[in-house]
Amino acid sequence: MSGIAYASSWGAALVRISPYTFSAIGIAISIGVSVLGAAWGIYITGSSLIGAAIEAPRITSKNLISVIFCEAVAIYGVIVAIILQTKLESVPSSKMYDPESLRAGYAIFASGIIVGFANLVCGLCVGIIGSSCALSDAQNSTLFVKILVIEIFGSALGLFGVIVGIIMSAQATWPTK
Amino acid sequence: MYGFEALTFNIHGGYLEAIVRGHRAGLLTTADYNNLCQCENLDDIKMHLSATKYGSYLQNEPSPLHTTTIVEKCTLKLVDDYKHMLCQATEPMSTFLEYIRYGHMIDNVVLIVTGTLHERDVQELIEKCHPLGMFDSIATLAVAQNMRELYRLVLVDTPLAPYFSECLTSEDLDDMNIEIMRNTLYKAYLEDFYKFCQKLGGATSEIMSDLLAFEADRRAVNITINSIGTELTREDRKKLYSNFGLLYPYGHEELAICEDIDQVRGVMEKYPPYQAIFSKMSYGESQMLDKAFYEEEVRRLCLAFEQQILRSLILTMVVTNWVLQFHYAVFFAYMRLREQEIRNLMWISECVAQNQKSRIHDSVVYMF
Repeated sequence: MSGIAYASSWGAALVRISPYTFSAIGIAISIGVSVLGAAWGIYITGSSLIGAAIEAPRITSKNLISVIFCEAVAIYGVIVAIILQTKLESVPSSKMYDPESLRAGYAIFASGIIVGFANLVCGLCVGIIGSSCALSDAQNSTLFVKILVIEIFGSALGLFGVIVGIIMSAQATWPTK
Repeated sequence: MYGFEALTFNIHGGYLEAIVRGHRAGLLTTADYNNLCQCENLDDIKMHLSATKYGSYLQNEPSPLHTTTIVEKCTLKLVDDYKHMLCQATEPMSTFLEYIRYGHMIDNVVLIVTGTLHERDVQELIEKCHPLGMFDSIATLAVAQNMRELYRLVLVDTPLAPYFSECLTSEDLDDMNIEIMRNTLYKAYLEDFYKFCQKLGGATSEIMSDLLAFEADRRAVNITINSIGTELTREDRKKLYSNFGLLYPYGHEELAICEDIDQVRGVMEKYPPYQAIFSKMSYGESQMLDKAFYEEEVRRLCLAFEQQILRSLILTMVVTNWVLQFHYAVFFAYMRLREQEIRNLMWISECVAQNQKSRIHDSVVYMF
């Protein structure tokens, strides 16, 4: 494709963005948005847990599991960010805009987004369930284990994101010199 | 956005909601009431209550107890809980909690004005006021001669000021006018509260609409029954009904022209949620109506702590709003349930003190 019409189209502009940009943004999103999700979940659980523990102090130790599940979400984000940054390699400038390069850049970007947003919603989910878990446990301690099962299913969502993200990042093969 | 309150409610409300649910677990159960009903005298009641959350409030009372002391100390617990929640709350929850007090303020104002009319001492009246409804300058109410003065001297500085616009007259205060004033104020308060809850949106508005509508309807029925046979004209009676609720507007039209209890029953039986209440009473029995209404209210409030969303009152499913998290109606429900519990305790104490234990079950509303 050539000609002035093409050279000033959006398609041409997108293809001329450096793959390093996409990779870097992907890595940033993977850690940043995961931590957002984890923090959101922790404050949702934590505030209910503290209030409920005033009348029912026995719930505190058990319900810290909810906080740990949310924390795990942040750890997934960190792990994937570290893995992704090891995939970043230098390519000679002549090959920077080759399709191979672009593919690698997009792969890292996609991996970052997958992990980031999966962890965001996972953190939210676990946080809200954890809050309800603390409140129900304060009233009736037999409910704790049952609600914990729901939380485990919720935290599996983050794991799905991590798995797919890592598989995506295996696609990130930069062109050799 | 309705449904996404879970994402942001806990920032400001998470701690307080957890606390209020903890308090709810401390309300007296049927087993506690059974124990209390077995008591022989007030010291036994004190002993049983010491095992509940009221223990720390009653333990220092010297031995010849009076029922008023018991009620006063239990009310003190309610006030302490409320104040703790209020000082931790931020907008808009603090406004919501303040609204819960205005009803008591109205009752206190009417108490003092009526007492002054009957030549009682102001200090004595102030001691009888409900602590949640106190405000500065409440003692000045005794000086006012008519409603305009009442407003100008005292009430213009209180939160009740906007509710007065409908009842500013220069008529002197006598018993009838005071009752009309009370009902007009309460009507304005309920409508204001209702509008506020609608503005909050989400689950709060849905559940509070149901609870406030029930309150409005209940007051409409009580106004109707109490004004049968008095000089209150039909238009005046209609002016006292709130403009929301299940009975608005057609039920109000019919209630305004009722002249005796059976006509009221006829009107109410057209509304399925209230049909159940009225069918429990046989013809001619009006004193059980209060208790039936209280039971229905308690049922709705308890269900306020659990939840499956109900949209249609016609299905007579109940809005169980205690299980739905992340809304403000739990606070309202908790305050009302506590007040009901204090009413129960007062009844039980009086029955025990006057040795009329056979009548205890007439008026105790069980909650859990």
